[in-house]
Amino acid sequence: MSVEFQLITGRTREQAIGLHKGKSSQPYRDATHVVEMSGQDMSQIGIDEGARVRLRTPAGSGEFVVREADLPTGLLFVPMGAAANDLIGADTAGTGMPSFKGQPVEVEPA
Amino acid sequence: MSTHEHVTCTFCGCLCDDISVEVEDGHIAAVKRVCANGRGVFAEHCSDARRPTVEGREVDLEEAIAEAARILDQADSPLIYGLSSSATEGQRKAVELADVLGAVVDTTSSVCHGPTGLALQEIGEPSCTLGEVRNRADLILFWGCNPSASHVRHFGRYSVTAKGTLTPRGRQDRTVYVVDVRPTGTSKTADHFLQLRVGSDYEVLSTLRLLVRGESVPAEEVGGVSVAELSELAERMKSCRFGVAFMGMGLTMSAGRNVNVAELFSLVAELNDHTRFSVIPMRGHGNVAGSDQVLTWLSGYPFAVSYARGYPQFGPGEFTAVDMLARGEADAALILASDPVAHFPRAAAERLAAIPTIVLDPCENLTAGVARVVFPTATYGVDAVGTAYRMDNVAIRLRAVVPTERPTDEQVLEGIIQALPERAAQLEAVT
Repeated sequence: MSVEFQLITGRTREQAIGLHKGKSSQPYRDATHVVEMSGQDMSQIGIDEGARVRLRTPAGSGEFVVREADLPTGLLFVPMGAAANDLIGADTAGTGMPSFKGQPVEVEPA
Repeated sequence: MSTHEHVTCTFCGCLCDDISVEVEDGHIAAVKRVCANGRGVFAEHCSDARRPTVEGREVDLEEAIAEAARILDQADSPLIYGLSSSATEGQRKAVELADVLGAVVDTTSSVCHGPTGLALQEIGEPSCTLGEVRNRADLILFWGCNPSASHVRHFGRYSVTAKGTLTPRGRQDRTVYVVDVRPTGTSKTADHFLQLRVGSDYEVLSTLRLLVRGESVPAEEVGGVSVAELSELAERMKSCRFGVAFMGMGLTMSAGRNVNVAELFSLVAELNDHTRFSVIPMRGHGNVAGSDQVLTWLSGYPFAVSYARGYPQFGPGEFTAVDMLARGEADAALILASDPVAHFPRAAAERLAAIPTIVLDPCENLTAGVARVVFPTATYGVDAVGTAYRMDNVAIRLRAVVPTERPTDEQVLEGIIQALPERAAQLEAVT
């Protein structure tokens, strides 16, 4: 069963520190293959901290490790990077800017 | 051992210029006062004497320049992209190369504060310097940005806790508001946190404009925030001595994009009927503000510029890199000091692997991994001198603290221009 959320992406310190090690490095991979979610949403889906989930949008899908965070229900946060960008469509609404924040996304246990 | 003081860190738009770097035998031994995000600029500095590569084969600089020039010369629709982690010297050469080629030149602004640039063109930008913020601002508003993660020393050097002439007690002399869709490290430092529903920035900003004008709002809440809280913010903004709004990707990347930013800029402009109020975009890359400056000096536009007709044309959505790549319109690319394979939507990033791509970058990145020609270049601010623009558009000199044998971006780009004498002559004849 999949549940629909809204996805926002953005900078984290772990991502910023990891990129200096190289974007193929383990610290960078670990920092960017994470999805943050509220505890209430985790309970509703029936997953624990550290579980793997698949996020899916019309643009693509990918696997991420779940981390509980202080977020409103229905909102997911994924650090910026190549993993997040597998989920982002290339439509820019005529501005040049893709929808890096506010992207509808489905979540299912991996 | 030698110690270099007042070195500038180029990681983010804060351009902190108080870094101390100790150098031993030509290598960086220690760095002081740098934040966790910027430490790698020095500690992980890519300094090995790597040679350029063509299809993975090491070649000398002249051969790589000749191959890059051949690729760009044969392309019908070349794209030059990136620029924001180069110095203004490299950025100027990139724009010159675009002019020589009749290419499109776009910068990381288009996936950062490009929408801010559009709002600036529509409304204007009531701005100030970070020095003014430090010394005078008693109301700080962070909207859709999280400097605790992205601009780590911003609070201490410029905004929340900085002590200045009219703010001698630092944090105690300021009121801090944060507006965001989620709690962050930044919201935890605030006196007031207004948590919006995703995608409601425009509604909330419009409501604040109404409240600042003294009009009534027939609603209990807007965008997840009570009108009572918005009324209190409106009154505080009108009655402060000097307010500054810092805004980020929460506005530019969400639905509405430039329209959100225009609403904030309008609000700030209107607040100047009551007090003094400014807005500063939180610029990400160290010299992304410089890329806007340089492109605007040279073409009249801050990003998304095509020289295909022999004169500059501005076209967000048409000449922006994501759009050109996703639509398959670019048939060759030169990527300067950025990593679009890591930071573009997959459909756009994949195009860079399908066309001949040239990369200039100090470090190996994901784009270099798919590129046909790679130039390992010097790092401005570490082993090359240059100029960068802070987020408030103040120019800061970048020092070199260690030696390098690598060419600068400027030198490689000049080499490519020199390898295209017929095109340069054509341009000369036209102008």
